[in-house]
Amino acid sequence: MAPRIATSAADAVAQITDGSTVLIGGFGNAGQPMELIDALMECGATDLTVVNNNAGQADAGLALLIKERRVKKIICSFPRQSDSWHFDEAYRAGEIELELVPQGNLAERIRAAGAGIGGFFTPTGYGTLLAEGKETRVIDGRGYVLESPIHADFALIKALRADSFGNLVYRKTARNFGPIMATAAAQAIVQVDEIVPAGGIDPENVITPGIYVDTVVALGGSN
Amino acid sequence: MTTYTPEKLTRDEMAQQVAADIPAGAFVNLGIGQPTNVSNFLTADQGVTLHTENGMLGMGPVATGEDIDPDLINAGKIPVTELPGASFFHHADSFAMMRGGHLDVCVLGAFQISEAGDLANWHTGAEGAIPAVGGAMDLAIGAKQTWVMMSLFTKAGESKLVKELSYPVTGLGCVSRIYTEVAVFELRDSKVFVRSTHGVSFEELEARIPVTLERA
Repeated sequence: MAPRIATSAADAVAQITDGSTVLIGGFGNAGQPMELIDALMECGATDLTVVNNNAGQADAGLALLIKERRVKKIICSFPRQSDSWHFDEAYRAGEIELELVPQGNLAERIRAAGAGIGGFFTPTGYGTLLAEGKETRVIDGRGYVLESPIHADFALIKALRADSFGNLVYRKTARNFGPIMATAAAQAIVQVDEIVPAGGIDPENVITPGIYVDTVVALGGSN
Repeated sequence: MTTYTPEKLTRDEMAQQVAADIPAGAFVNLGIGQPTNVSNFLTADQGVTLHTENGMLGMGPVATGEDIDPDLINAGKIPVTELPGASFFHHADSFAMMRGGHLDVCVLGAFQISEAGDLANWHTGAEGAIPAVGGAMDLAIGAKQTWVMMSLFTKAGESKLVKELSYPVTGLGCVSRIYTEVAVFELRDSKVFVRSTHGVSFEELEARIPVTLERA
């Protein structure tokens, strides 16, 4: 089924309700779906579990959701940055739960969810604080930790271009978490610069096939 | 044989040594901070391909002026450039590449390293510190060889090369070489070999480091 074409960012995120788990793409500002995050802020959904590499930067996007205490839990690899003051404050006040995950495990847990994998043994984190309480196994002489998939209700993603079938292409390192997040959410919501007719993207160049994409909104863009 | 030079190495000289030791044609990840400087000393003849874990092979130098593109950044979120032959991929592929042992060398910073090659570089464990790990644990155990660049002593004069880690572990038994301003160490079979010393003698080093040192 072709994806729903939303008329605005607000329309695109309108189904997100209180208590949802939301994957948010982006690494730094590259690939961050800023307009969709702003729309999520406006729509009022609260009590969210958010999955992102970081925990918000400066006074924009995810940082504002955290500032307004709309995020009850964040699953991320690198929350502490020089400009993560809203997260720092919420964390020190005990008002946000943090699940810290090594970056590659975070990516693989998201990928696993989208690929129907029930769990996987990874060497990353073995013997560290982040493996405490987790099942471990020694395979061929090497230690591994059992990690579980991260399923979500929604994914908010930024891509460069979609066609009317929801096929996506990204741009440079802005691709980062987009393709795996699209697969791991019940509803993948994608903001793009432009939507082209079917056939407007060479099938050889499609990075995310439209089967994973539920809602697309075209917001224009500098590129 | 353990070689000796009378002067300590500068940070650039350390980076130069690391760069010279990277095999021709290698795929390499340079960690954030001091290791990034190694790229300045790689020669075109070496044909080294740089990986950045946010999803790129074939990373070029830091971008300036009109070359700055917000969609083209490195793991430190600094704008960079792409070289001919570059490729982009998503995060799961990027870390699979690392974890799957496809990268030849990874160069990292460290708080502490044990004689068994255990690495601590992600968390001081200090009370009230907000933990953040990023790709540190994946990088430590992923590449075929993990090398560390660091100053050998803390500001208080304590050796960062220790019998056993007192800081939280990043990865176990993963470090095979350590570049410092006063010595280069090679770690194998739970032994610490001194490849070279700079501004100190082997004996002085032995007196200041709480692990048994072997001459290379």
